[in-house]
Amino acid sequence: MSAAAEEVVTEAPAVEAVPKRAMTLGYGTSLVVLAALVIIPLLVKNFIIFQMTMLLIYGLAVLALNILTGGSGQFSLGQSAFYAVGAYTSAILMEHVGMNYALTLPIAGVICFGFGFLFGQPALRLSGVYLALATFALATAMPQLLKLGYFEHWTGGVQGLVVTKPDAPFGLPMSQDMWLYYFTLAITIAIYVASVNLLRSRSGRAFMAIRDNEIAASAMGVDVALYKTLAFGVSAGITGVAGGLGAIAVQFVAPDGYTIQLAISLFLGMVVGGVGWLPGSIVGSAFIIFVPNIAEGISKGLSGAVFGVLLFLVIFLVPHGARQVAIVAQQLAAKLKKN
Amino acid sequence: MTQAQLAQGNNPLLAVRDVSVVFGGIIALNGVSFDMRQGQILGLIGPNGAGKTTLFNCLSRLYQPSSGDILMEGQSILTRPPHRIAEIGIGRTFQNVALFPNLSVIDNVRVGAHSRTSSDIVSDSLRLAWVRRGESDMNEKVHGILGYLDLEDVAHTVVSGLPFGTQKRVELARALAADPKILLLDEPAGGLNHEEVYVLGDLIRKIRDDRHITVLLVEHHMGLVMSIADHVVALNFGRKLAEGTPAQVQADPDVIKAYLGSKDQ
Repeated sequence: MSAAAEEVVTEAPAVEAVPKRAMTLGYGTSLVVLAALVIIPLLVKNFIIFQMTMLLIYGLAVLALNILTGGSGQFSLGQSAFYAVGAYTSAILMEHVGMNYALTLPIAGVICFGFGFLFGQPALRLSGVYLALATFALATAMPQLLKLGYFEHWTGGVQGLVVTKPDAPFGLPMSQDMWLYYFTLAITIAIYVASVNLLRSRSGRAFMAIRDNEIAASAMGVDVALYKTLAFGVSAGITGVAGGLGAIAVQFVAPDGYTIQLAISLFLGMVVGGVGWLPGSIVGSAFIIFVPNIAEGISKGLSGAVFGVLLFLVIFLVPHGARQVAIVAQQLAAKLKKN
Repeated sequence: MTQAQLAQGNNPLLAVRDVSVVFGGIIALNGVSFDMRQGQILGLIGPNGAGKTTLFNCLSRLYQPSSGDILMEGQSILTRPPHRIAEIGIGRTFQNVALFPNLSVIDNVRVGAHSRTSSDIVSDSLRLAWVRRGESDMNEKVHGILGYLDLEDVAHTVVSGLPFGTQKRVELARALAADPKILLLDEPAGGLNHEEVYVLGDLIRKIRDDRHITVLLVEHHMGLVMSIADHVVALNFGRKLAEGTPAQVQADPDVIKAYLGSKDQ
């Protein structure tokens, strides 16, 4: 037992001791990833382009959770609620108000920011597992709230709303799917860059200071309550934009699309990608989109069990997720260079 | 104007006035008063349970005194929430080091400058020109402090992996980044060996002399207090036992009995 404890002690710093830039990728790697994201859709079928769009959208939602949990140290199992509010905001504005799809996204973001910021107020009294439970309650309540007869005129009740898919503007010769992909990619890059900026700034340091030690953060002049609720707001806002994009991509919103299952998937995505490592968000997103399909390919009847085993393997082999893989790869590369 | 005069004159920088703290039925502090003057190193001593940490926590606004007042440059600090103490020039370190373990040394010190800088999440996300300017000004200051405390070599190292003595220096650096007028040090000698304690003592004196920072030293280590403090306040059972120069306090029969043990034994 003591040997195991020792192992843990020696292992932890090896993973933690990441030099600066720990939250992001290097320049070269970023360019390669970006090039791949720009070029691949030109070579593949529409259905795969659609899946890549969803990859980016869930990537955004995982990134949002990563800012909240990896950045400010607050758990949330309620991200599906923010995602739903964003999706419905976009859908209602497009279908009932007739607003342009692109304009609905910032509105969805702002509304969800407000919602998250307000939700963050009572959540201030909770931390760790209790906060996770409170957000869980939010996630379980949301689909039922969306079904309420009172809002039915706007939300479409149980039926949900059908959303029209936008055409490529300016007569660009692209399919709807491809246009939506590049549109989503542009938004994803903008939000990713802004998130990296945020976490490297004074506000981001305040988030991380709170995550690491609230009392010390407060003694340094950090308004703990303010920054905790801001982190909730930012996270909810980004999730809302992702939800809006999701509604446009799927062309449909319905209460049962935004259950606790989605929230848990996003949480999984964050853990698999590496908590606190923003580029891992896209890896986590790929995991939650593709691994269930792979599991189904292996065994139709036992897809859930296969998924469970795969998940277990990932968590067991690389507990720090994609981040750990990236660090090991970096160390290997450095060794190869030396030889 | 009047405030400036207060600070300039013979008035104390920090005044503790008749402070009492009651937890349930237990009186942790009972009418303690003392003054701190500009540039002083004041040692606060006392055996375990004497109320040193309670008083310290009142100064950093973690506890609310049941009665009495604490004045900084003539103004009460008791109406301020804990996060608005740094901005009036009260900085602190923690008993067993309370750094941000997953942040690098330089980021820890940057957080220390939080109360001296401003930003909002939108400007930060967009890295607007004024934000970049603010960051570069702050970085210059932070590097100055890192150099001053000989921490440049480890600036980008994550603090959790550093030796304890270095972590203590990082904590001092973090406190200095807020440009404090008063530095509250909670048992800084704890966990250090004999030699390190005297290096620390020299460092505290150097900080006081170079930066004109007043220091409140809450300490168990009598050797350290007696060698660097200008003024000593001794507490026992929540009351002030004695106050004066280190020599006076050391010679005080009550202090000897309560803290140092009787001479005859």
